[in-house]
Amino acid sequence: MGFYLIKRILMMIPILLGVTIISFGVMKLAPGDPTSRWTDLNPNMNKEAIDRIIQHYGLDKPWYVQYGKWLRNMVELDFGRSFASDNRPVIDKIVERIPITLLINVLSLILILITAIPIGVMSAVKRSSLFDRGTTVFVFLGFSIPSFWLALLLMILFGVKLEILPISGMRSIGFAELSLPGQVLDVAKHLVLPVFVSAFGGLAGMSRYMRSNMLEVIRQDYITTARAKGLDERTVIFKHALRNALMPVITILGLSIPGLIGGGVIFETIFAIPGMGQLFYQSVMGRDYPTIMGILVIGAVLTLLGNLIADLMYSLADPRVRVSS
Amino acid sequence: MRKALLFILPLILFLLTGCGEKDRGSHAASAGEKGEKPAAKAYEPAYGDMMITGTIGDASVLLPVLASDSASFDITGLIYNGLVRYDKDIRLEGELAEKWEISEDKLTIRFHLRKDVKWQDGHPFTAKDVEYTYNLYINPKTPTAYATDFLKVKKEKGFRVLDPYTIEVEYDKPYAPALGSWGQSILPAHLLEGKDVTKSPLTRHPVGTGPYRFVEWKTGEKIVLDSNHDYFEGRPYIDRVLTRIIPDPATQFLELKAGKLDRMSLQPLQYRRQTTTKWFKENFNKYKYLTFSYSYLGYNLSDWKFKDKKVRQALTTAINRESIVEGVLLGLGSVTYTPFKPDTFWNNPNVKKFSYDPEKAKKMLAEAGWVDTDGDGILDKDGKPFEFTIITNQGNDLRKNAAVIIQRDLKAVGIKVSIRVIEWAAFLKNFINKRNFEACLLGWGIGIDPNQIDIWNSKKTGERELNFINYQNPEVDKLLELGASTYDRDERKKYYDKFQEIIAEDQPYTFLFVQDALPIISSRFYGIKPAPAGIGYNFIKWYVPKPLQKYSIQP
Repeated sequence: MGFYLIKRILMMIPILLGVTIISFGVMKLAPGDPTSRWTDLNPNMNKEAIDRIIQHYGLDKPWYVQYGKWLRNMVELDFGRSFASDNRPVIDKIVERIPITLLINVLSLILILITAIPIGVMSAVKRSSLFDRGTTVFVFLGFSIPSFWLALLLMILFGVKLEILPISGMRSIGFAELSLPGQVLDVAKHLVLPVFVSAFGGLAGMSRYMRSNMLEVIRQDYITTARAKGLDERTVIFKHALRNALMPVITILGLSIPGLIGGGVIFETIFAIPGMGQLFYQSVMGRDYPTIMGILVIGAVLTLLGNLIADLMYSLADPRVRVSS
Repeated sequence: MRKALLFILPLILFLLTGCGEKDRGSHAASAGEKGEKPAAKAYEPAYGDMMITGTIGDASVLLPVLASDSASFDITGLIYNGLVRYDKDIRLEGELAEKWEISEDKLTIRFHLRKDVKWQDGHPFTAKDVEYTYNLYINPKTPTAYATDFLKVKKEKGFRVLDPYTIEVEYDKPYAPALGSWGQSILPAHLLEGKDVTKSPLTRHPVGTGPYRFVEWKTGEKIVLDSNHDYFEGRPYIDRVLTRIIPDPATQFLELKAGKLDRMSLQPLQYRRQTTTKWFKENFNKYKYLTFSYSYLGYNLSDWKFKDKKVRQALTTAINRESIVEGVLLGLGSVTYTPFKPDTFWNNPNVKKFSYDPEKAKKMLAEAGWVDTDGDGILDKDGKPFEFTIITNQGNDLRKNAAVIIQRDLKAVGIKVSIRVIEWAAFLKNFINKRNFEACLLGWGIGIDPNQIDIWNSKKTGERELNFINYQNPEVDKLLELGASTYDRDERKKYYDKFQEIIAEDQPYTFLFVQDALPIISSRFYGIKPAPAGIGYNFIKWYVPKPLQKYSIQP
């Protein structure tokens, strides 16, 4: 087991290297550069001034030299400074946005799990029933409705008409003056709409997945055996079938780890949430190379870690996997 | 989305100062559909309350020398001061400078600084700060876009500190925009001297001399400023200015409706259709005035089709600009015929207009040799059909929609137009900078100072320079040179009047429109007086009468 772990972790190094080289290359292929915001259509910038700024950022060197320099700093976990005009360390810019993104994504994932799993199980058990069809329509509705549109409708209903929920942002204006429970409640109220909208869209995938797993499992011989033993249906479904059907969910959870620090631009824009999606979008539009690379590297590391954790969890949870490996 | 603001054109907008609220706005700003306030007289100005403003873009850096976006300047404009500023009639007046004298030969300006000014940390303001600011801007290591005006100061001892409250600047040759350029924010020498400004804590915690002082900045969420009780022009009435970053205009509008915002900029549709209810009229005042920017259709004059000015005049005649303002801006803007703002001193209203007349346009095109000889509905000349592509940048629907209307109008006279929308960076790099286009739909900011050499001078046609349509006219070159070196306003105007006549005759651009700014502000704020400069110029005099105050601010 220890050997396996070390092998897996060592394998991550070349993969990461490959990911960064490709990302860096693609990024460099895009036209424009970070100096654009000063130099484009600006009468105040003459040739020398532009060259000076290009040198300032080391953009006059060939791309592999720039990559080498970036990589050397990266090895020491130095993400560098942003090329945007704020010139802040990249790591600060990322770290200040992670908590809110993480909070929304984790809550939304939990909400998805606690609704999608029962929906999936029930749909499978009562296949082709009214419930099955009804939930299918419901989850696909969530999947198809544009999130910005749903968000606006909910804002109008709960924020403007009923006035029971805040419309956007993460904190009220008078947040600092509130007591601790008051602050928690305030944030919770702000989270209701974004978490709901985000979870509603993700419901379809997970519940359909759960449903087909369950259908698969119910057809197995051991379920027939369990029924033949005279176990009641409840035990058959929840003890024998569900446990087995849940196994693939571990893989999905592993794969969703990198997604936890990602955010949708449109979603964050509508709710005025200063999250990772906006940061990444702004960095790409501004050709802020260090920030783009920083976010991509963190994403790549989390993806690889997520896979590893999923595999480990799998072998812990399922004796069959352990035996065969 | 916020980049859309920058698209409008980085030109000159901020050339004059760390402009922000103060210099925005325009001539003939009007209170559009402003609700009457019957009880107005009964209320006395009072201190207190907070104004919550919605903005679509977060500031990027709060040190004006480094900033390049309007969101940052909106904030720093309240925190910093310049030596001079523009008053409500867009005339220069002293700010940190009490008064100034310009020498006989127009080469030297002597500023007398105010003696009663303190930095917000208590340190006194002196000539040393101005000297530091000047040196910072001209330092080649400073990554700033605003050095040009200061670089015109004589290199050798051109900047002289005579005593702690008097400075003198000398120029190599008379330069009319010089005085206005001293509206640039003056930075605190005692906090910045000898340090790398790009890494200074002041980039996120500014300390200025202005009416508001910095309190808090939560990235992507809000920026809080409190009034500076020791401000040298008196304590501002509104205690706190809170700027909320809400990137989506629809969300902003809902927040406004829910009473969580006091002020925002409306979209034309919101202004026309969504804010006309009784409730809105009672609770908000809307304002409307022209912005300092215009949109145009520029022709690549190196392209054989556009070489003949008769053709360009005909194109302008064929385009219904009124219908663009009506259709794209819902009437909230104004057609423009010259590169100046229609309602300002510098504008020449008597230029040739080439008003919409498709029949006349056809005749003009025929005179220039463009006729439909093969009967396919498209004009041709020397066997080549008249078709071209208009390119514009992505992210600006106004431009895209205007291009569609132009396409329709030109089709009516037998010209086939295609439209191509391109991402900003690729648009500039692969098309504009490479001169790889036939016609482009873009916009320029209009500086408060009328200097426009960079756009029209025959020599400014290099790779990244701004005369990318390759306009060549020696007379325009001469007039713009004269304009830039003449101090006397009326004499100066003569040169620009003539310049506008020539530009109107040559039609290197079809000038399209100037958009309206459409702020909406809660009606509990009093003291807002629209003027040629817009509404922001007297911000420190805005107030909320005691009985109407909504928030109480504990400092």
